[in-house]
Amino acid sequence: MFKKINFNIGFVIILVLLLATFFASFISSSDPYQIELSKGLAKPEWGHPFGFDKLGRDILSRTLEGAKISLFIGFSVVIISVIIGTFVGTLAGYLGGLPDEIIMRITDIFLAFPGILLAIGLMSVLKPSVFNIIIALSAFGWVGYARLVRSQILSLKERDFVVAAVAQGATHKRIFKNHLLTNIVSSLIIEASFGVAGNILAEAGLSFLGLGIQAPYASWGSMIAEGRNFLLVAPHLTLYPGLLIAFTVMGLNLMGDGIRDFLDPNQ
Amino acid sequence: MRNLILKRLLLLLPIIWGVVTIVFVITHIIPGDPIDLILGETARQSDREELRKAMGLDKPMHQQYFTYMKQLIQGDFGESIYRKQKVLNLIIKKAKASFELAFSSIIVAILIAFPLGIASARSPGSWLDIISSFIAVIGGSVPVFWLGPILIICFSIGTGWFPVSGRSGISSIILPALTLGASLSAVLMRMIRSSFLEILPQEFLATAKAKGLSERRIIFIHAFRNACLPIITILSLQLGSLLTGTIITETVFAWPGVGRLIIQSISARDYQLVQGCVIFIATIYIITNLLADILYGLLDPRIRIEENV
Repeated sequence: MFKKINFNIGFVIILVLLLATFFASFISSSDPYQIELSKGLAKPEWGHPFGFDKLGRDILSRTLEGAKISLFIGFSVVIISVIIGTFVGTLAGYLGGLPDEIIMRITDIFLAFPGILLAIGLMSVLKPSVFNIIIALSAFGWVGYARLVRSQILSLKERDFVVAAVAQGATHKRIFKNHLLTNIVSSLIIEASFGVAGNILAEAGLSFLGLGIQAPYASWGSMIAEGRNFLLVAPHLTLYPGLLIAFTVMGLNLMGDGIRDFLDPNQ
Repeated sequence: MRNLILKRLLLLLPIIWGVVTIVFVITHIIPGDPIDLILGETARQSDREELRKAMGLDKPMHQQYFTYMKQLIQGDFGESIYRKQKVLNLIIKKAKASFELAFSSIIVAILIAFPLGIASARSPGSWLDIISSFIAVIGGSVPVFWLGPILIICFSIGTGWFPVSGRSGISSIILPALTLGASLSAVLMRMIRSSFLEILPQEFLATAKAKGLSERRIIFIHAFRNACLPIITILSLQLGSLLTGTIITETVFAWPGVGRLIIQSISARDYQLVQGCVIFIATIYIITNLLADILYGLLDPRIRIEENV
């Protein structure tokens, strides 16, 4: 019961956020890139509830613009990581033997990079752009999914229904599509629902460090980094983008918890 | 036990080799000339050639790789172009501050998570449990780079209790440690709660109670040791977030550690130093994971026996 409430709260948060980004122009009529120097660092006022940044741009419209970018990156990285991870994990688990050994040792090496360290290293040599952030985060994002899929395939391929399909002469493609993929999809959905939140935090972290989205484009992380210089005179620059990150991550995590309870009650 | 340690140590070497190779590949194979990145595309050709030669980039790729590996084995991480100092010396100088921060944040996380986690497990469904769960959800959602500035507004600028940034005495570590420890405490609290929930109804604790042992002794001696294993697992799994969190926290509070060094070296396009810092942080992560593995063996005799079979 309590967990269902959690899921509902998470769902409402994410739904409101998605609707707000979709109808951003109705919520705030200001252009997120429109500079108005006379309004620089101005406090919240009627029609501009989040105030203005140092260049006089409306913070509400910039946070909504940042939401679009963050959600796009969060979902794109998860989709790419799931595709690569599923392919690699299936290859390792299904083939077994030497290919499995080699793939697992490679994943061990990727797992030796803590958190977003590899993405930080990659972004230090790549030019900051949305595309490159997606590449950098996917470069290590696939590893967790590959491990998950491999472990599931290892247990599934010994099950009677797969052995029967092999005995019937089913092709590898058919076995994967009809018998393996259908059984690993729920674990992937659970993992992916938490992955989106993790990637949103990672993107914001990279942008905060100056390695992600660059000016003039809006990103929650870079907005907080910019606001840090004006903490004393204009704390609203930091406050609102941060609150939005926290709510988004909380919403996604609560939804993830709910999806896990629904799809895998054993956990 | 010795076998377990030896086995883990042997597994460590190929992983460290892999880490070094990936870092080398990232900085050498990716399109774009590092010389352009360092000097800018408008630099004079003679300057470019001179720097290329000084960095050994004029040699074939495989030769550069073998030279790099050979230097690393000898403990030579190269020289920082920007700071004109040995990379390893620079890292070692900064490492103490980073360890201080990481250690303090673990202490903060333990101080928050243990009392709340154990109290929640002892009275599941109570108000305390609901509030603790709520704190854990919030703690896990708030990004480090936002919590830091908010704590600065409240406790540095607002009240003047703690310094805004830098590393000067014990008071300067409180806010960075709290910032970094908050998200760790959220995960830890959930784990402690579920771990104790599983342990508390077990018969050996009922026996301890029947023998007349005090509540404190039952919880902290008998239940604690049994609940420890999953807690250590989660702590070692969270080390990754802790180490990357260190990079961001050090940047927020201008804390002079390896994390801040890596960001400064990226801004200065000092790639030798970036490489060194990334390899150093990854190696620390691998070694702490190894220590966690050894600790499992010490705490749980079943693991020792399994490894020896």
